[in-house]
Amino acid sequence: MKKLVLISTIVSALALPTFANAADYKIDDKGAHASINFKVSHLGYSFIQGRFNTFSGDFSFDANNVEASKVAVTIDTSSLDSNHAERDKHIKSGDFINVGKYSTSTFVSTKVVKKSDGGLAISGDLTLHGVTKNVTLDALFIGEGNDPWGGYRAGFEATTRLELKDFNITVMGASSYVDMELHVEGIKQ
Amino acid sequence: MPHLHSQYNPIAKVIHWLSALAVFTLFVVGYWMVDLNYYSEWYKIAPHWHKSIGLVLLAVTLFRIVWKLTHSSPEIEGASWEKFSAKIAHTLLYILLIAVFISGYLISTADGRGIEVFNWFTLPGLGSFFENQEDIAGEVHFYLTYSLIGLALLHALAALKHHFINKDNTLKKML
Repeated sequence: MKKLVLISTIVSALALPTFANAADYKIDDKGAHASINFKVSHLGYSFIQGRFNTFSGDFSFDANNVEASKVAVTIDTSSLDSNHAERDKHIKSGDFINVGKYSTSTFVSTKVVKKSDGGLAISGDLTLHGVTKNVTLDALFIGEGNDPWGGYRAGFEATTRLELKDFNITVMGASSYVDMELHVEGIKQ
Repeated sequence: MPHLHSQYNPIAKVIHWLSALAVFTLFVVGYWMVDLNYYSEWYKIAPHWHKSIGLVLLAVTLFRIVWKLTHSSPEIEGASWEKFSAKIAHTLLYILLIAVFISGYLISTADGRGIEVFNWFTLPGLGSFFENQEDIAGEVHFYLTYSLIGLALLHALAALKHHFINKDNTLKKML
């Protein structure tokens, strides 16, 4: 028994350095402490707010070496929810994002730059509607620390503007772009 | 006392022809309205009428089924296979009608919203029963409607065949 404890201690000690710097986090989609929201113009008079309810992802983050951070997210496009089923059906149809054909959207970061104002510029490849394009998220690290249930969490928010024509999505009237607003909380693995 | 009449009763006739008119109108409106441009002046009103007429037809159909079960109908004419097929087809028409109503209802109420019937009253929504309900119910509504229209056309052709070829009472009993 003593020998086993010793071996585990050594193994843990050896394994520790790899986890010590950039910690890996899983986005807390199960607890819904993360949301992928979009805002799009309606007729040019106001905005519609919607979100994607189903997604998963993970990131690695180290507050002392921010530029080594990475993030990857996969979104189930059929989970689009604008709080109106008939509108959701229309947006999900071939007229717009065509979820029957393009059922997932992915974002994989390629570069993270710390900006002078303390924010992060997260560049990455966004695949949406079958088109992959490099986009930059304007992100902000909000906080990290122990949660009350024995875990460790880190959270961010990020925004970006997507031009629909860049992703071959039909532009209708004033609705030529979508503002994305992401709130992401990860649990350290 | 079944099969003593040579004619359907007047209520059954009126409902039959109104239903036929409503079903074909709903089909044409439905076919047209799903491709309307968002900026079309019909974009809001056409679906509103489609849903309103559809739900009124649902009420009429439920009444019709009760009426049919409580009142006798004239005999079905033709060879035994024709009588048998007619029975199957009639039952299937009722089943398809009801299934079309349900699938249509499930599209519009997937978010729990009710459906306004002619700004007269709102039929409450029962919410979501399964994932992506509005999409799946939409597909089902589409295919069931085509099946219904196909079967209704076959039904009409059969009546015309009896009228012009067999020269029997099949069409006349509904006129």
